[in-house]
Amino acid sequence: MRLTQGTFSFLPDLSDAQIRAQIEYCLGRGWAVSVEYTDDPHPRNAYWEMYGMPMFDLKDAAGVMAEVDACRKTFPRHYVKVNAFDATHGWESLRLSFIVNRPPNEPGFALEREEAAGRIQRYSMRAYATARPEGERY
Amino acid sequence: MSAPESLPLDLEQLYRDSKVEDVLQGLERELVGLVPVKTRVREIAALLVVDKLRRSVGLDDAGAPSLHMSFTGNPGTGKTTVALRMAEILHALGYSRKGHLIAVTRDDLVGQYIGHTAPKTKEVLKRAMGGVLFIDEAYYLYRPENERDYGQEAIEILLQVMENQREDLVVILAGYKDRMDRFFSSNPGMASRIAHHIDFPDYKDGELLAIARLMLDKMKYRLDPGGETALGEYIALRKTQPHFANARSIRNALDRARLRQAKRLFEQRGAPLTRESLMTITAEDIRASRVFEAAGETR
Repeated sequence: MRLTQGTFSFLPDLSDAQIRAQIEYCLGRGWAVSVEYTDDPHPRNAYWEMYGMPMFDLKDAAGVMAEVDACRKTFPRHYVKVNAFDATHGWESLRLSFIVNRPPNEPGFALEREEAAGRIQRYSMRAYATARPEGERY
Repeated sequence: MSAPESLPLDLEQLYRDSKVEDVLQGLERELVGLVPVKTRVREIAALLVVDKLRRSVGLDDAGAPSLHMSFTGNPGTGKTTVALRMAEILHALGYSRKGHLIAVTRDDLVGQYIGHTAPKTKEVLKRAMGGVLFIDEAYYLYRPENERDYGQEAIEILLQVMENQREDLVVILAGYKDRMDRFFSSNPGMASRIAHHIDFPDYKDGELLAIARLMLDKMKYRLDPGGETALGEYIALRKTQPHFANARSIRNALDRARLRQAKRLFEQRGAPLTRESLMTITAEDIRASRVFEAAGETR
């Protein structure tokens, strides 16, 4: 099951040229771009690991692309995403976030049912990959 | 898609389209003297234009030209200003995507403890991507007397990027001539990656006076005839004294003269004040300088 989340979740994966163009757009708007990775694909996992610091004061996408490539090389079987943070007053939050790397094989999620008090049925999701410990999942 | 060999190519058109001429004209107008520097900058610009034309007809086997440079010269000879212009030229010709200049020194590149240098240098490099990285007093990066100095680490990262990401970044190293020569002789890897060595000569008295006039013009001041002779004498005297930094010394001298002019006008309160007198720096404002005092004592 192909994991989709973030700004371009409805599109096929972006090519490097497209990623660069998106980053150019972010830098042009003065947003700080950062790279994050994880091997826990659960949609509620908001806290991915940071790959280096967010990059402020960049003018050109080449610097970010180098960082993206370095992250892909270090974690070829992890999910990697690019975030753009807008620091202007009133926003102070992410404006853009998209996946730039994914594991070759994504087993997807299991739906788990729990019988709660009074025969209430509770549902939760669990990624098959997370059955194994961190770092050995994909 | 190579054009027929004999088809005339419009070098002139490309040159005009690139707007390099504007930048070169600006260089000519705003920088006094520095003839060897201007010639070199023109040569580099010509090479880049021709190279672009060659590529447009399929003659691109020469690869992207190496554009890293070293600017050597005494303080205040215009190295940073020329670097800024250089960034504009490279941007106009499309060799630098953004054309911005990041000026750094050793402190911005080298860290304080183990593992601090690499991220610091990389961050600066990332900021400079698409533009020009100007490293002032680059020889401080290499400290042979301390073998555990982290400068070497910064140099290695720099070299790697200078070699592998030539199309993303142009590095300009600047510093005093003799110390830069020593720096290059102890870092052959650095020397071999720098294609253009440009030496900035010291300014002559007349050129310094012309610079002063340009600076005052920009600040909307002017010298009266007495002031001009006084400044001429000041420059001749100042040059013989220690810590003379060419154009920078002139700028400082002018700033102090403005101070004295303001004080003089303030003390003459009550006297009629005109736009003219607000603009004029007189001999009195310049001759009050310590430089004349010191010269008087030694005489």
